[in-house]
Amino acid sequence: MLYFKDKVLAKTILGKIRSNGKKLNFMHVCGTHQDTLVKHGLDTLFENSGINICQGPGCPVCVTTPLEIEECILLAKKGKIIASFGDMIRVPSYNGSLQDMKAEGYDIRTVYGIEDAVNIAIKNPSKEVIFMAVGFETTAPTTSAIILNEPPENFSILCCHRTIPAALKTILEMGELKLDGFIEPGHVSTIIGTKPYEFISREYKIPQVISGFEPIDLLMSVWMLIQQINKKNAKVENEYVRAVNENGNLIAQKVIKETFIQVDKKWRGFPTIKKSGLELRNKFDKYNCRKVFEEELKTLKEKEFLEPSGCRCGELLRGLITPQDCPLFGIRCTPEKPIGPCMVSIEGSCNIAYMYKKD
Amino acid sequence: MCLAIPGKIVKILNDHAIVDYGEGTAREVNISLVRVKKGDYVLVHAGFAIEIIDKKEAKETLDLFKKILSEEGE
Repeated sequence: MLYFKDKVLAKTILGKIRSNGKKLNFMHVCGTHQDTLVKHGLDTLFENSGINICQGPGCPVCVTTPLEIEECILLAKKGKIIASFGDMIRVPSYNGSLQDMKAEGYDIRTVYGIEDAVNIAIKNPSKEVIFMAVGFETTAPTTSAIILNEPPENFSILCCHRTIPAALKTILEMGELKLDGFIEPGHVSTIIGTKPYEFISREYKIPQVISGFEPIDLLMSVWMLIQQINKKNAKVENEYVRAVNENGNLIAQKVIKETFIQVDKKWRGFPTIKKSGLELRNKFDKYNCRKVFEEELKTLKEKEFLEPSGCRCGELLRGLITPQDCPLFGIRCTPEKPIGPCMVSIEGSCNIAYMYKKD
Repeated sequence: MCLAIPGKIVKILNDHAIVDYGEGTAREVNISLVRVKKGDYVLVHAGFAIEIIDKKEAKETLDLFKKILSEEGE
């Protein structure tokens, strides 16, 4: 029986990592990886072994732009019901957060998933219900499954789905930091498999390991990256074999393809990234709130909503700083009164840092 | 957001199933993205089962660890 918190195994792997002795800089793109790293003190263990691991743009709530939140705020003000995940509702924008809107009496609902939002639409046939569809490839097929199942006509989505491989390429193209390897997100990979990452190792000669979420998984993934570096053999390896296979979830990929097209998308902290977003195909216009309420949303498109003053979430999402480098961290920006999204989301590095190592 | 919780399918209800997460917690989830049967273990994300985890694959993890740890990094 394999025990994923096995101390003896952990020490064995850590010993190998320590004996390597090279200074290395890795990036992961998943809030759950960040949680495991910080909660179990692995970040400190790695730092003491010369290995720095930063969290890149791997938090869907964090990379959602102020404009997307403003779209929801505007529609809530027009009397529609807005439903989304709890973290998303708390992210402040130019005009406050959706939670602030709720406090003002507008109809904002926290849901666990898109199916809950459809049920709200069924129970409220005279109201328009809009689901703010946030999330990477892990979440996108859940949206597809609902859209293909013909939800009620008073239901639509504001699509904020984004895809990971394009963002990884952008991080490398921007060249702001030198990276020795990527730890790839396990649950995104259950859907897309291992192949969509291959071009990155091929074109940029950078090692990649798809990792699970237990402490042993991350130790093992780091050791696998080090071995690729030592052997000068950059490729995609899969540590999370118990949930990820080479081809991914083919049913999920099929429904994504049936419902979405790839579009250029702005990510918070990044310029517009080519083909990094998903938007509903034209045949599903009646479920695309940007089409259904095009006239109402038109005014927003011309405006640019800046990120909050002093907030450094953008640099954090590009792996350039740590939460503690931001002067707002833990002082003006806390989980109770967040300024940037990385302090709101339980997947954001500021929230995780505040929770486990504020001092 | 991309958090997924493992659980066991205890009852199939058309395109939904009851998933038991252990310690008395069970919830209905949508199973339209996976082909499952009663007794399978699945990863659940945002109310949907997104992948099946099987015992063979868990053993593969162990085999992978043994293989990698037996290789010497240079």
